[in-house]
Amino acid sequence: MKFGVVIFPGSNCDEDMIFVLKEIMGQEVVRLWHKDEDLHDVDGIILPGGFSYGDYLRSGALARFSPIMEKVIKYAHNGGFVFGVCNGFQILCEAGLLPGALLHNDTQKFICKNVYITADNDESAITSEIITSEALKIPIAHGEGRYYADSKTLQELHANRQILFRYCDEKGHINADANPNGSVQNIAGICNKNRNVYGMMPHPERASDLELRNSDGKLIFDSILSWYNQ
Amino acid sequence: MKFLAQIDVMPLKALLDPQGKAVTRSLHTIGFSAMDNVRIGKHISIELEANSLEEANMQVEEACKKMLINPIMEGFEFSVKPLH
Repeated sequence: MKFGVVIFPGSNCDEDMIFVLKEIMGQEVVRLWHKDEDLHDVDGIILPGGFSYGDYLRSGALARFSPIMEKVIKYAHNGGFVFGVCNGFQILCEAGLLPGALLHNDTQKFICKNVYITADNDESAITSEIITSEALKIPIAHGEGRYYADSKTLQELHANRQILFRYCDEKGHINADANPNGSVQNIAGICNKNRNVYGMMPHPERASDLELRNSDGKLIFDSILSWYNQ
Repeated sequence: MKFLAQIDVMPLKALLDPQGKAVTRSLHTIGFSAMDNVRIGKHISIELEANSLEEANMQVEEACKKMLINPIMEGFEFSVKPLH
């Protein structure tokens, strides 16, 4: 696949993402600057983590109006694959491509550590190769990661099986103690109803290289390739 | 004509405001035990050109809805005054 990785001023996980896609997964990658308007016929777009536009106003609120995002929004509406990690997830929520919002962690702290997540279902581009209910160890690094959606939106997420990842303990049990940031129902990752737009707070690109002894995140990239090369 | 808009943005009441909670606790620590339920939002002021107060109000409301606030997590109110 040919991936486009969008780089905003303040993105800081772009190079990690590009490294994993190119060197670990062996895919083609195009760097897309936030002022670009050409998506270079990519097969998928990834919005990496970081602090786009300094997180000013709200996380992702200003990035959402950059020239490239107008194209990304159209691309998503036409069914293109778009995947946001951390700040990328926040941008997709601000853009209205994913439901809900990411609020300040309930601890009022920036949290940077390995956590465990479990896939709710394997019917999606980012979970297709993951055994549901098994715990994956993947790091988080955010101050605003508390996923929130109102009860009507949550009902829709459940009905359409859009909840893809939830924070859990080492054994895969979803409980309040395993929720690092106060996310509603331990939600760590979701997709849109059409299953072409994806967002998650944990960083799979920081856990995809065997040399790091932390490689559960690679299953997410394996899933993407398997889903789109079916 | 030039106008000045003053916008108050507050986290929705239904949502936990961790910043407000931390400040409430610290106020109690330094003796303000009668104070409770601190909530912290932000204030935005904007100068703008418009042909009338009504037009200025419309512009500010549109800017709030389009970018300045996120209705999923925030509420807002604003006032617009002629700027002399």
